[in-house]
Amino acid sequence: MSSIKPKSSKSKPKEKADTLRIQKIQAGTVIDHITAGYALAVLQILGITGQEGDVLSIVMNVQSKRMGKKDIIKVEGREITADEINRIALVAPQATINIIRNYKIFSKMRIEVPDEIIGIVRCENPSCITNNERGIKSHFGVVDRSPVTLRCFYCKRISHHEHLIEQLQGKS
Amino acid sequence: MSLKVKNLISIADLSTKEIIMILDLADKMEPIAHSEKPSKLLSGKILSTLFYEPSTRTRLSFESAMARLGGSSITVADVGASSVAKGESLADTIRTVDNYADVIVLRHPQEGAAQWAAEVSRVPIINAGDGAGRHPTQTLLDLSTIRRSQGRLKDLNIAVLGDLRFGRTVHSLSYAITRFTNRLYCIAPPGLELPNEIVMDLREQGKEIIMTRDLKGILPELDVLYVTRIQKERFPTPADYEKVRGVFRVEKSMLQDVKPNLDILHPLPRVDEIAPDVDETPYARYFKQMFHGVLVRMAILSLLLEANVR
Repeated sequence: MSSIKPKSSKSKPKEKADTLRIQKIQAGTVIDHITAGYALAVLQILGITGQEGDVLSIVMNVQSKRMGKKDIIKVEGREITADEINRIALVAPQATINIIRNYKIFSKMRIEVPDEIIGIVRCENPSCITNNERGIKSHFGVVDRSPVTLRCFYCKRISHHEHLIEQLQGKS
Repeated sequence: MSLKVKNLISIADLSTKEIIMILDLADKMEPIAHSEKPSKLLSGKILSTLFYEPSTRTRLSFESAMARLGGSSITVADVGASSVAKGESLADTIRTVDNYADVIVLRHPQEGAAQWAAEVSRVPIINAGDGAGRHPTQTLLDLSTIRRSQGRLKDLNIAVLGDLRFGRTVHSLSYAITRFTNRLYCIAPPGLELPNEIVMDLREQGKEIIMTRDLKGILPELDVLYVTRIQKERFPTPADYEKVRGVFRVEKSMLQDVKPNLDILHPLPRVDEIAPDVDETPYARYFKQMFHGVLVRMAILSLLLEANVR
C-alpha cells in the first residue's frame, strides 16, 4: 500500500548540531516526521515496549520545517516491515522511514496513504457485515489523508482517526 | 434499455438518468400490474427471496412483480430454520441459492451484506434492506409516488420526519431526492437525527439541510411530508424506545393550512406516527405508495434480467 522505493544513500542522516538530541544508531530504523504527539502510539502499534533491551530513542514535539512540530523514533536492531509501515500510515501519514545499516541510510521510504485500505483495521460499525461474516476482509476508501479518515466500502460508515489509533494500539 | 450495474445495492449506484429510466418503465408497467395486459416478459426466470429479517410488503411486492411478468419465485420460508441456523455464512448461502435462481432479493440485518452478497453471487443481487443501511427499491418507489402525484421531482419542498437515524428508507431517500431538489427539511426526536455523514455529504454537495423540530411551522410550506416509524427493534432497551415514541405525530387537525398538493408518504408499517384520521384526507398517499412498489420492482427485475423492454 505504501510507496516503498529503497534508495541507496551514502550520506549521513541530516541532523543539525543544535537539533541533535539522540545518538545515531548502527543498524535499525529511524521513523521521522511522525505527527507530533503520536510517537508513543506508533511504538504501541509496532509492539515496542522498551523491554526488548534494544536502544530506543524517542523525541517528541521537536521543531520541523515541514510540519511545524514532529516526533522521531530510532529503534536499534530492528528493520520494520512493509506491513508495519502500512499500519503506521494510518496514524502518522506523513512519516518517513529510514532503514539504517552500518550507521548509514540503507533505504529511505516515505509513507503514502493509499486510496484504499484493505484488511488492516476493522470497521467501527459493529453491525457491519465485515465484523460478522467469516472470510471477508475490511475494505475502506480513504476520504481524508491527514488525519486519516476512512469510509467503509460495505456499510459506508466513517471511521475516524481516533478510533483507528485506538484499534491499532489494541485498545478497542 | 439497460442499467450499467449488474446488481442493485444502493441508489448511489444509479445515475439520475437511470433513475428516470426506471420510473418511466415503472409507469409503463401499470396495465400489467392491474391484470389488464398479460406479460410473459420474464417467463422461465426464477426469483429467490432471501429474507433474514421480517418483511411483508417488500417480499410480497417482489413476488407479485415477478408473477405479473410471467416469472416465478422461490423462497426460504424461515431463514432461521435453514442452514443459517447451523452457522452457514452468508457467502455460502448465496453461492448455494445462485444455483436455483436468476436473481436474488436479499434482506439482511447487517449493513453492507448486499454488497458482500453481490461479490460472491453469479446472479444479480437486489438489496431489499441491509440493517440500518440502504433500501434502494423503497427509494425508487418513493420517487415514483412523488413524481406521479406531483408531476415532477424538481424544486419540491420535502420534509422527512421521524427516525432519521435508523430509518434506512430515509437515508436512501435523502440522497436520491436531493438530486432533484436543493433543500431538505429534517424533523427528528432528540438522538434520532439524520447521521452526520449523510448531512455532511449533502451539505458538501451544496444542499440546504434544515434541521427543525417545528413540524407545525413548516407544514404549510411542504409539498411532501415523508413520515417514518420509530424503529423499536433498533433500540437497546424498551425504555429507550418509549422516550422518543410519539414525540411527533401527524393528525388531521394539523392539516388545516397545508398546500392542496401536499402528499404524506410513509414506507409502512406505521405504529402511531400518523393518526388513522389522516387516512381519509386527500393528502394520504401511503397506501398508493405500495402499489407503486410493484411497478418499480417490475421495472427493476426486467432491467436486471435484461428482458427486452422498451
